[in-house]
Amino acid sequence: MDRLSFYWQRMLESDLIYYYRRDKIAIVSSLVFLIFALMALFSPLIAPFDPYDLTQLDLMNSEMPPVWIEGADPRFLLGTDDQGRDLWSTILYGMRVSLLIGICAVLLQGTIGIVIGLVSGYMGGKVDSLLMRIADVQLSFSTLMVAINVLAIVKNAFGGETYSNWAMVILILVIGLSEWPQIARTVRSSVLGEKEKEYVDAAHVMGFGPVRIMFKHILPNCLSPIFVISTVQIANAIITEAALSFLGLGMPVTQPSLGSLISIGKEYLFSGSWWITLIPGFFLIAIVIAINLMGDFLRDVFNPRLYKE
Amino acid sequence: MFQFLIKRTLQAFVVMFIISIFCFLVQDSLGDPTRELAAMSMSNADRADLRESLGLNDPLLVQYGRFAGRALQGDLGNSYFFKEPALTVIMKKLPATLELVFAASFLIIFVSIPLGVFTAIRPRHWFSRFTMAVSVIGISIPVFLTALGLIFIFSVTLGWMPSFGRGEVVHIWGYWSSNFFSWDGFLHIIMPAIALSSIMVPLFIRLVRAEMLEVLSSEYVKFARAKGLGSVPVYLKHALKNTMLPVITVGGVQIGIMVAYTILTESVFQWPGMGFMFLEAVNRSDIPLITAYIMFVGLVFVVVNTLVDMLYGMINPMVDLVGKG
Repeated sequence: MDRLSFYWQRMLESDLIYYYRRDKIAIVSSLVFLIFALMALFSPLIAPFDPYDLTQLDLMNSEMPPVWIEGADPRFLLGTDDQGRDLWSTILYGMRVSLLIGICAVLLQGTIGIVIGLVSGYMGGKVDSLLMRIADVQLSFSTLMVAINVLAIVKNAFGGETYSNWAMVILILVIGLSEWPQIARTVRSSVLGEKEKEYVDAAHVMGFGPVRIMFKHILPNCLSPIFVISTVQIANAIITEAALSFLGLGMPVTQPSLGSLISIGKEYLFSGSWWITLIPGFFLIAIVIAINLMGDFLRDVFNPRLYKE
Repeated sequence: MFQFLIKRTLQAFVVMFIISIFCFLVQDSLGDPTRELAAMSMSNADRADLRESLGLNDPLLVQYGRFAGRALQGDLGNSYFFKEPALTVIMKKLPATLELVFAASFLIIFVSIPLGVFTAIRPRHWFSRFTMAVSVIGISIPVFLTALGLIFIFSVTLGWMPSFGRGEVVHIWGYWSSNFFSWDGFLHIIMPAIALSSIMVPLFIRLVRAEMLEVLSSEYVKFARAKGLGSVPVYLKHALKNTMLPVITVGGVQIGIMVAYTILTESVFQWPGMGFMFLEAVNRSDIPLITAYIMFVGLVFVVVNTLVDMLYGMINPMVDLVGKG
């Protein structure tokens, strides 16, 4: 117990908390993100309807406006979409899908990126130049482009039905696999800085193997840049997922993410039912802005170049 | 120098080779040409004969050789839907996409460079703070939402702007169709161009600002100041020139990346370009057109990136060419 309170005390006195308390934007954006994350996590409890349950749908309820507009039904807080689904419930579930895909994709790219970055930075030489060459090439093709092309082919290979069932896994794989160079490069550059230090020499002298030195000694000292870039990468992954779903290559209409909801609504923009598109769009933008602002804050704290100012 | 050029060119070929293998495998496993050629009533034996005569039973390597050979001559197969060579279809759609990219690049250059320079020179001015705040928001808004928002405000609510298509185009030299020579065409390109540039403008403002800040704190700018030069010549002649180098290289790569975003923009505005064509091809399972598009766009990427890299290597004397290549 004493140990726990010691760590707690140390955390409270850390630079991160020090700067966090003085940064209003960081406090607000992290709170907003926390609220969204909780809403997404507990969406089955909060949502008044189950958007995946087809028996609850009634076409008579379709395209109802949000409650503050005349002609609304008080049961549907933010109105309904074209199939009569409650938009508020669908957004809650959609946020869950978007966040889940974003976070899992970043976990995947983080794992690949950390391993490749560590190996590349620590080994150096031929291995390093080959891996970084591949990373360069992969980076020069935009993720969105690669993802669109791969998904287009996967969709045609599997057929629409199977594709819809596996959409979430496929999206995580595609976004995760195509973004690893971002993290690998970051890890590599900090490994290059760390591996010259004395503690690595000491570990060598003690006879530890390269794997142990890489993961137990060097990696813990490279965590802060990984932390910063992962935050921004979550925002990017969410945007990419939304874009793919918007194009009809992502989550199916029956299990919509925020992107597919926006896509459903775009047809109805002209008939005046703007809420089907613009309300999910608002939620998407709010999540991404909150994450990006958190990323900006972390970058400022962890970037030692800025201490001078 | 020469060694660097060779190495870069070789790398470009390797990448193109990998893309072509990928496209070949896709076409081989998904695109069955007999489906297109054979009649419904054709028996299985006839079908097998047809496969044999088309060389579909040859070893994979031989088939790839044929595929690559044809691709090098510009034959990327025939589109199922358009009943035309895929490359011809792409070339017909190319002007629409290029004009969109051009209009968006124009906006990016003339919006982000002045704003970036201003925010670097006067970091504490209210307008700089406002610009930076807007740029964080701008980075967070996906292209398709900007596009839909523009349509909602200017087409649906206000009714000022056309919301889809290219409008009236003027044909030049019988081939190139342009939006810039008629008022109607010009009106049609405004919103797609703004939407397409919306993701890049904040990025470039930040880039120009960061580079400019770095240059402004360097010794030679301080020296130019100490020499008694006025601030305008120092900013524009000494500082901006050196800011442009990284901006141009990043810009070159980003313009390649914009091709990906044209798919999103074109699908919202139903702009009849390559991206819109590609999405339609995906929905129609038009495999030859899909692979042709991937090969074509892959080539554009590889060529642009290689040129930008070479240009950078040549302009910037600090780059260790051989070590880097």
